[in-house]
Amino acid sequence: MTKPPILILGARSDIGRAIAHRFAAEGHPVQLAARAPEALEADRADIALRHGVEVSCHAFDALDHAGHEPFLDGLPELPGIAACVVGLMGEQEENARDMDAARLVMRSNYEGPAEILARLANRFEARGSGTLIGVSSVAGERGRASNYVYGSAKAGFTAFLSGLRNRLSRTPVRVITVLPGFVATRMTENMDLPAPLTAAPLEVAEAVWRAHAGARDVVYVRRIWALIMAVIRAIPEPVFKKTRL
Amino acid sequence: MTRARPLAGWGRHPVRDCTLAAPETEAEAAALVAAGPVIARGNGRAYGDSALGVPATLSTRRMNRMRAFDPATGVLEAEAGVLLADIIDTFLPRGWFPAVTPGTKFVTLGGMIAADVHGKNHHRDGAMGETVLWLDLLRPDGRVVRCGPGQERALFEWTVGGMGLTGVILRAAIRLRPVETGWIRQVTRPARDLSRAIALFEENAEATYSVAWIDCLATGAAQGRSLVMLGEHARRDQLPDDRVARPFRTRARRRLSVPFDLPGWLLNRYSARAFNAAYWNAGLRGAGVRLVDWDSYFYPLDSILGWNRVYGRRGFAQFQCVLPLDAAETGLQRLLNEIARAGQGAFLGVLKRMGAEARRFSFPMPGYTLALDFPATPGLPGLLARMDDIVQEHGGRFYLAKDSHLTAETLRRTDPRSAAFARMRSETGAAGRFVSAQSERLSL
Ligand SMILES: Cc1cc2nc3c(=O)[nH]c(=O)nc-3n(C[C@H](O)[C@H](O)[C@H](O)COP(=O)(O)OP(=O)(O)OC[C@H]3O[C@@H](n4cnc5c(N)ncnc54)[C@H](O)[C@@H]3O)c2cc1C
Ligand SMILES: NC(=O)c1ccc[n+]([C@@H]2O[C@H](COP(=O)([O-])OP(=O)(O)OC[C@H]3O[C@@H](n4cnc5c(N)ncnc54)[C@H](OP(=O)(O)O)[C@@H]3O)[C@@H](O)[C@H]2O)c1
Repeated sequence: MTKPPILILGARSDIGRAIAHRFAAEGHPVQLAARAPEALEADRADIALRHGVEVSCHAFDALDHAGHEPFLDGLPELPGIAACVVGLMGEQEENARDMDAARLVMRSNYEGPAEILARLANRFEARGSGTLIGVSSVAGERGRASNYVYGSAKAGFTAFLSGLRNRLSRTPVRVITVLPGFVATRMTENMDLPAPLTAAPLEVAEAVWRAHAGARDVVYVRRIWALIMAVIRAIPEPVFKKTRL
Repeated sequence: MTRARPLAGWGRHPVRDCTLAAPETEAEAAALVAAGPVIARGNGRAYGDSALGVPATLSTRRMNRMRAFDPATGVLEAEAGVLLADIIDTFLPRGWFPAVTPGTKFVTLGGMIAADVHGKNHHRDGAMGETVLWLDLLRPDGRVVRCGPGQERALFEWTVGGMGLTGVILRAAIRLRPVETGWIRQVTRPARDLSRAIALFEENAEATYSVAWIDCLATGAAQGRSLVMLGEHARRDQLPDDRVARPFRTRARRRLSVPFDLPGWLLNRYSARAFNAAYWNAGLRGAGVRLVDWDSYFYPLDSILGWNRVYGRRGFAQFQCVLPLDAAETGLQRLLNEIARAGQGAFLGVLKRMGAEARRFSFPMPGYTLALDFPATPGLPGLLARMDDIVQEHGGRFYLAKDSHLTAETLRRTDPRSAAFARMRSETGAAGRFVSAQSERLSL
């Protein structure tokens, strides 16, 4: 039986690459999409050689609304699975003062990812099959001074995925929300992250694969994060507002 | 700018503050070199400070794509950060195995070339350099030069075994060897003492793989007692019936891991002597012919992820030397005397016959190599210094991929090639661009 292709939106990220390899290893053809598709050529050859699957590369900008439909029409076929890892953290300092910077973070983590997944959801629903995977973040679970612009956009994306899942629950289309804590990637390269709480991109990919193969709707990467976030959400606001997390 | 953070080699000692940047493209790597000095780092399996920049370190972990494979010739073209484990995963099921492999699969292609690693077949097939068709080297001036046995040969011969000190290896083409199965036919031959072990190696020069586990703590008549292990790739017709249909399918090994540092005293309490004796007795019982899967055969330690932590937080030191053929037996005897006298728990002693010397600065020479590890204790520096003297007196030299303690003096005296290496580095501009903690310590 041939396996359905997986579309990776944001394929140049470490997490996107890892997810592509994980699904290719299971025999899924791969559609890589990113803003600079020429830079994906090395990954295309690599994935095809290692896993013996078809791999194609596509230009995609999450913020180019007008380009979304032509982009989807240009894929070799409508994918069976679509994983969106598009995101932008920016610098909180800058986001607090420079509204252009803040707007870009808001749009890159919420508007763009939500919109492309919405279009895919409609196509999947019409076809009667498909799985949507959105990589959001634990940062969306409570706004914190250190990254609330990014976090609030992720909160929007998480809520969007939850609503979409609710809407599609009576159809065969699945929606999976992935909530990584810390992941060692380009995004976090210059941050001092605590090793026990920091996952490798491969672990995110493994969690995504297991969620896809199983039945979970929402997955944390490294289970401890579910506990940490439960505690953080439970802190009463008068106390929370004084914390430095 | 990336921040400096503590970084170490596999022996966890020494620790230096290094900035670790992981470029993905040639242009990004070239920018780091231009801002140099810098040193390349693969998967950090060298034991000492070879892959520690002072402070700038260039990790190749994002330059890890395979580019092409020719199933007619077994030639693989890949970026330098590709892991050997991934090469095996990808190509063993297609009937290909690395032509040369070190004792762990968690090394990168670039690291294997830079150290010119040797495997259990060195006496017959030579080192890593023999399997390289060409490599692309990022030079001090930012140019990328393709070199190999047939082009830019001098640069190639300095680079293979040059420990990252000639430039950054970006990609390479290597030859894999065809195999019919994922199994090795292993023959274990006990040797009651050192002379017998050496005789067994010499008698079995035709074996594809040979290596010995040596009990470094046995004394008197049993000094140097060893289990000599010979191996051949099993052919399909040598597999039991139930394996023939899936010759590359070996059972997945269970992964244990050592997630935390074990207290340093553990190794003393369960004394290495008892361990060695038990291993010897088990070896005697298991002597004869056995079919062993590739993973257990080549990479016995890899199933314990993070095994370097069994030595506790203070880490450990590796010692690996090679002694020339004519001086090997007497030199080894003196080394074993010294180790037994010090009573330092040497867990793993590995003895191996090496073949020809090739290339300009790489470790192997015809003779015998001995590799051991010691927990880092207060008495260790003294012991290592005495062992260094013995190696020097017998015309031997040291493996830089395992070294963390040599002095520039000792290196100059044991390896006269190092002066020419350092001269080449300063003449080509490499000396100012590619610097590791090791190259500084050794004045390379
Ligand atoms: C359990 C174990 C068993 C081992 N067994 C053997 C053995 O049997 N035989 C043997 O020969 N060795 C053996 N080794 C040593 C190991 O093979 C070498 O140290 C090897 O170089 C490690 O590769 P790495 O990718 O981890 O490189 P690192 O440790 O990261 O770097 C090692 C050296 O290679 C250089 N380097 C790495 N990548 C590049 C690059 N792209 N361009 C230029 N320079 C580069 C670094 O600058 C450094 O000098 C063993 C090590 C362990 C931990
Ligand atoms: N690293 C962490 O600790 C962590 C934790 C939780 C969640 N996450 C989330 O995980 C996802 C992957 O992040 P990462 O850590 O792998 O970092 P990353 O490398 O910065 O990945 C972000 C990716 O988003 C892409 N992107 C940004 N804007 C885009 C746009 N308008 N159109 C198309 N692509 C766009 C980037 O593409 P270009 O290559 O073209 O720039 C980049 O590949 C992100 O959503 C991130 O928020 C990360």
